[in-house]
Amino acid sequence: MSAVSKLGATRDPARVTRAAWLIGLGIILLALPHLIYPVLALDILAWGLFAVAFDLLFGFSGLLSFGHAAFWGTSAYLTAYLLGHGQSVPVAIAGGTLSALALAVPVAYLSVRSSGIYFSMITLAFAQMVSFLALQWTDLTGGENGLQGFARPSFLGLDFSDAQVRYYVCLALFTLGFGVAYRAVRSPFGQAQQAVRDSEQRAQSVGYNPARFKFTAFLLSAGLAGLAGAMYTFGHGVVSLEVVNWRTSGEVVMMTLLGGTTTLFGPVIGAGIVLLLRDVLTTANLPVGIVTGVVFVLVVLFFRRGVVGTLEHWLRRR
Amino acid sequence: MNTQLLLIQVFNGLVNGAFYALLSLGLAVIFGMLRIVNFMHGALYMLGAFAAFALGQLLGLGFWPSLILAPLLVGLLGVVLERGLLSRLYGLEPSYNLLLTFGLTLLTQDLVKQVMLSRFAVSSAPYSPPEVLSGVVNLGFVVFPKYRLFVIALSLVVCLVTWFVIEKTRVGAIIRASTENPVVTRAFGINVSGWVTGVFAVGAALAGLAGVLAAPIYSVEPYMGAELIITTFAVVVIGGMGSILGSVVTGFAVGVLAAVGAAVYPPIANTLVFILMALVLLVRPSGLFGLPEGAR
Repeated sequence: MSAVSKLGATRDPARVTRAAWLIGLGIILLALPHLIYPVLALDILAWGLFAVAFDLLFGFSGLLSFGHAAFWGTSAYLTAYLLGHGQSVPVAIAGGTLSALALAVPVAYLSVRSSGIYFSMITLAFAQMVSFLALQWTDLTGGENGLQGFARPSFLGLDFSDAQVRYYVCLALFTLGFGVAYRAVRSPFGQAQQAVRDSEQRAQSVGYNPARFKFTAFLLSAGLAGLAGAMYTFGHGVVSLEVVNWRTSGEVVMMTLLGGTTTLFGPVIGAGIVLLLRDVLTTANLPVGIVTGVVFVLVVLFFRRGVVGTLEHWLRRR
Repeated sequence: MNTQLLLIQVFNGLVNGAFYALLSLGLAVIFGMLRIVNFMHGALYMLGAFAAFALGQLLGLGFWPSLILAPLLVGLLGVVLERGLLSRLYGLEPSYNLLLTFGLTLLTQDLVKQVMLSRFAVSSAPYSPPEVLSGVVNLGFVVFPKYRLFVIALSLVVCLVTWFVIEKTRVGAIIRASTENPVVTRAFGINVSGWVTGVFAVGAALAGLAGVLAAPIYSVEPYMGAELIITTFAVVVIGGMGSILGSVVTGFAVGVLAAVGAAVYPPIANTLVFILMALVLLVRPSGLFGLPEGAR
């Protein structure tokens, strides 16, 4: 209550906090390609949206997908394939996103009937099927070699060979995707929002809904992961088997946890931290897996709220 | 396809199946009793193989002492893991166990890679089977490597003994009681947390044993458990999570099916298990031998 009086009696403090996060994140993302290497900045956008998509399912429905690389990877490959076959950038990105969505229909149908750890196992196994398919179907995926050297023809006068231009195009796509996630999270609970401040309770109340809700949430999450995968291909100009590997599925979990689940802003910040950390480690020639593993373990043991979650918790208690 | 080729495939399938069975058995013991989804199982398997290799390089120990010592070491590591880390997550969702052990897997794999590179100057090392088991056996209709037959036989014995202990003896009853109602069990004077640690250690040691057995067949390298663990998870889902019998039977069955499938249509070998899993889930979401989720 004290927080309310400080901020003005008519304002909802949660809303003010959210607005502050939105503006802060917006400013950082606008400036990002001028602060760091633009392709790394673009990576943060793609992985950030991927993590947001994952969190839609994990944080807001309580479903821990351990196979989200399937949607990210399928879209990444199809986007590359379409670009390699003379399609324009918007068509390729839309095609990639839709392919992830199409894949999600049977996967979601089969997996949302299970819950908890069963759900995790099943999504993991489906992702492995996609991974083996990517290895075998060399005509489409290039197998071990992956796909590279595909064209990214200019569109509406935008020159996509410039990494900064690609970044701002992706920022627009990111904003679109984030907006969808943001609306999705707010809309069903518009009324209950004031009462349900505790994010864990909110997740539970979402999980309480019948399987149809989970199915829709799964499709939405997979579609956004697909959009993120398409952005990744568009940004890098290269796709390899790494995009469908189970480590990719695990990494997006880590980014989300580190940033803070159910916060929506958290996953983006988590993605940023992980990617910047990895960039520093690789440049310094330090073992990435060891450090990433240690961070992961520490987060799960001691820091389950994540960066944004901890900050918000701390602000609320003050 | 001729009969001889088919038989060779069946035997090779049984060898792979022996590893699936041993690993999924360990996972089933740990999940069935403790509700821990141990993603680190593949890394423990790799550590078993690595321990055998390191014991040989550093202490000159051969295969037989390693076959006992390496699983013991991995089991000991299991004790440290359970007491030091996993026990902090009890009472939370099992997802957190999965995530913690996933992080530990990344850590272990790269740690072993660093050790192998800096200490032994290799990133992948061959490991020879013992003298007695080298060579081949003529089974009349087919000639087969002795060591591989040994792997199938030992795995069968270990699986049977584990199944027997858990399903048929007092020890199994105590373990089940400890995990299903810790408070009451403790009132009977049983050291519940000790049993929990023990079960985890045994599961880990089973993975370590599989690792030692695998070293002469697949050679020792830091990521040898990475893909195998995913297949093993699929085996566990098909068999029914936590079902001891299900994991053993499905382990061998999947090994044989995948090998025979590969003889007919090679590209399908690695995918077959996941296709199988999808089909089983369509018909029986709780797995072939599993109880429905609600019944737990």
